[in-house]
Amino acid sequence: MADKIVLEIPRYSPERDTKPHFEQFEVPVHKEWVVLDALNYIKDRVDGSLTYRWSCRMGICGSCGMMVNGEPKLSCATFLSSYSRNGNKLRIEPLRYFPVIRDLVTELSDFLVKLKAVKPWLIRQEEPPPSDGEFLQTPEQLEEYKQYSMCINCTLCYAACPVVGLDPVFVGPAAIALAQRYNKDSRDQGSDDRMAVLAHPEGIWGCTFVGECTRVCPKHVDPAGAIQQYKLKAALDWVKSVLYATRP
Amino acid sequence: MDASAHDVLLVGGGGAGLRAAIAAAEVNPKLSIAVVSKVYPMRSHTVSAEGGAAGVVKSDDSLDEHAYDTISGGDWLCDQDAVEAFVKEAPQELLQLERWGCPWSRDPDGHIAVRAFGGMKKRRTWFAADKTGFHMLHTLFQTTLKFDPITRYDEWFVTKLLVDDGRVQGVVAIELMSGKIQAITAKAVILCTGGCGRVFPFTTNANIKNGDGMALAHRAGAPLKDMEFVQYHPTGLPFTGILITEAARAEGGYLLNKDGYRYLQDYNLGKPQAKPVLRSMELGPRDRLSQAFVKEDQKGRTLETPYGSVVHLDLRHLGEKVINSKLPFVRELCLKYQNIDPLKELIPVRPVVHYMMGGVSTDINGATPLPGLYAAGEVACVSINGANRLGSNSLPECLVFGTRAGKAAALYAAEQNAADGKALAQANEERKRLEAQFLRGHGGRERVATIRDEMQQTIEKSAGIYREETSLAEGANKLFELQERYQDISLDDRSRTFNTELESALELGFMLDVAESIVQCALHRTESRGAHQRTDFPARDDKNFLAHSLVFRKPDGSSRVEYLPVKITRWSPGERVYGEQAPEKPKEMPQALPAKRAG
Repeated sequence: MADKIVLEIPRYSPERDTKPHFEQFEVPVHKEWVVLDALNYIKDRVDGSLTYRWSCRMGICGSCGMMVNGEPKLSCATFLSSYSRNGNKLRIEPLRYFPVIRDLVTELSDFLVKLKAVKPWLIRQEEPPPSDGEFLQTPEQLEEYKQYSMCINCTLCYAACPVVGLDPVFVGPAAIALAQRYNKDSRDQGSDDRMAVLAHPEGIWGCTFVGECTRVCPKHVDPAGAIQQYKLKAALDWVKSVLYATRP
Repeated sequence: MDASAHDVLLVGGGGAGLRAAIAAAEVNPKLSIAVVSKVYPMRSHTVSAEGGAAGVVKSDDSLDEHAYDTISGGDWLCDQDAVEAFVKEAPQELLQLERWGCPWSRDPDGHIAVRAFGGMKKRRTWFAADKTGFHMLHTLFQTTLKFDPITRYDEWFVTKLLVDDGRVQGVVAIELMSGKIQAITAKAVILCTGGCGRVFPFTTNANIKNGDGMALAHRAGAPLKDMEFVQYHPTGLPFTGILITEAARAEGGYLLNKDGYRYLQDYNLGKPQAKPVLRSMELGPRDRLSQAFVKEDQKGRTLETPYGSVVHLDLRHLGEKVINSKLPFVRELCLKYQNIDPLKELIPVRPVVHYMMGGVSTDINGATPLPGLYAAGEVACVSINGANRLGSNSLPECLVFGTRAGKAAALYAAEQNAADGKALAQANEERKRLEAQFLRGHGGRERVATIRDEMQQTIEKSAGIYREETSLAEGANKLFELQERYQDISLDDRSRTFNTELESALELGFMLDVAESIVQCALHRTESRGAHQRTDFPARDDKNFLAHSLVFRKPDGSSRVEYLPVKITRWSPGERVYGEQAPEKPKEMPQALPAKRAG
């Protein structure tokens, strides 16, 4: 007989509830099972109305982020057995700081607006004809921005960021990291455009450098580092602009 | 009833859908383009593709060699005009992605790096480490953000195609967040919904891969093509079905049986060498490798696990540097999901359903026989993949045929009138049907998960790696029973807001239709070719079956199978030869016809 664990999950449907209430579900623990397997067990066999997102179950689509005992996690990459020894209760909640649509499903449209705002695409002043072939980029140049390109948009970093909690208009870690992904790409010529978006109080200056975003990232992206680099560049740009402005 | 109107509507926002959307926008910036997807586009299953994208780019390679590898790999069931267009346009498309910022892996001099891949005689697979699909999808998604004519309907689930006056005029969709059911009309619709791996119990495919587009097209009267050809990838992790990319073998990984023996040498795939040899051994095509596993299992030379028999993939001799630079995701997946480190340990693997060669029948421009309906990517069957797709051909297929379908649909849409009132009336009927069947009905006795599990077990048993008439006929009967029981489904969830149980029920309905198509096509094809192996008809039969299956849905829900001859341009059917006898160059093949260049 397999071990068991109790999942505590806040249930909320706007058609029925004014606020969430917790429900408990007892599920078996198999050593291969991740938190997502437990949720699927509940949905398939116990309560088909339990609502959450998931897709690839291999940690790359970014759909299944949740709070697991208060920590932002991908539920497909979090083993149940890591928790089954600790009092046999596991609290699963929707990602913090996001509006909740239903149960564990959060509203993402604000993140999409922020993502688009930082212009996360290659910006070129001139476009050489296709016959010129590829832009050359050495492995070293690729390495410069590669880690920032690993962001899967799972938004765990937003749920970890105390500034996001205090200031909902803060652009936030993932979007800033993706801006930096293009800024540091040797093929890109758009960093000035992006700086215009980010060098204001709701951009990079909102960050108080807690570093939680980097700690929780399941793909080892370093948004905190991106933000610090950005601040440095913004400060240098400001110094340069003052110097140039004072020239005769 | 609310309705939104567009010119071109994409169903699905993965690699093919986003590429098609951009192509349509570039053909005519005045067009209104909608991308309707049941997930946010960056969640689409393209994201999971690992190994790479084939496109001839190096001076030692040629388009003809890529074409020949593809056609022989597909056991001569590929349409050769489509393959010729594909190999010609694939490098241009991959280069376009580079121009949009895709972080392709590079050679030290800054040029695109290429790697070997199964069934390919030359190194021509572009890659972004082993997260190629992820990087392609995010590059495409982020690039679409700058195209204002593209309107996204994120998390809208399409339930039906609107067909009136003999042409497709839009879709009916549920907005998941609100539960609203409405028409979204369009002058042309392109299906880019991907494959249907979830019809099977053990698959690399994401939860969202339910054959939606195949069933939508079939129900609307469009035929499906070559549905019996289901690809089992030889190396999936047991239990999860997570894919270990073919790139692991291309970089030099070995497949070992329980005695540590490279068993592929016993299956006409060449002799083992220390370094990988193209079109040989571990770099043979996927169908042959998965079939070899079954034979090895029958000989009792695999290992038993709680999740079925396995063999071992050995990467240890590649060393830390190669694994960390070329296969970092493989290592991450093994560590995170299997709790083993491929630097030091053997990876247990078994064949796993991976890809659907068949799909909605289209021409070379993505057009289906139903006016106004197009398809591209895995949902479609052009066919460049024939009876067995080669690894790293599917990502460029999404790009090449996404672009072609996007352009063709944009040109078609510019000449059509807006949807008529009858289409909107149909949408109203569809809304009433959904509400009556799933949200208001009472007393149903069946659960979604029960029928789904039975369907998956049925299809694996009847139409797995090896098939025969009795098991296929039993499968057909069981699926008929499951279709009846499906009508008696009862949902726990009768609410409107983000009703994922309703979504699962509708997906199950799609999958049952797709499963029936697979079994019907497999029953009718009394030969063995590529991924379709009939133990009762073990030989290839070019006299009767050098032809595509076309399955039509009859008004009573049953199906009719017809055949369409394969298009041959320059390569007449020959033996598929792998290992040391593999031909160096296609032009040395005695069967090759005189060159006939399409204009």
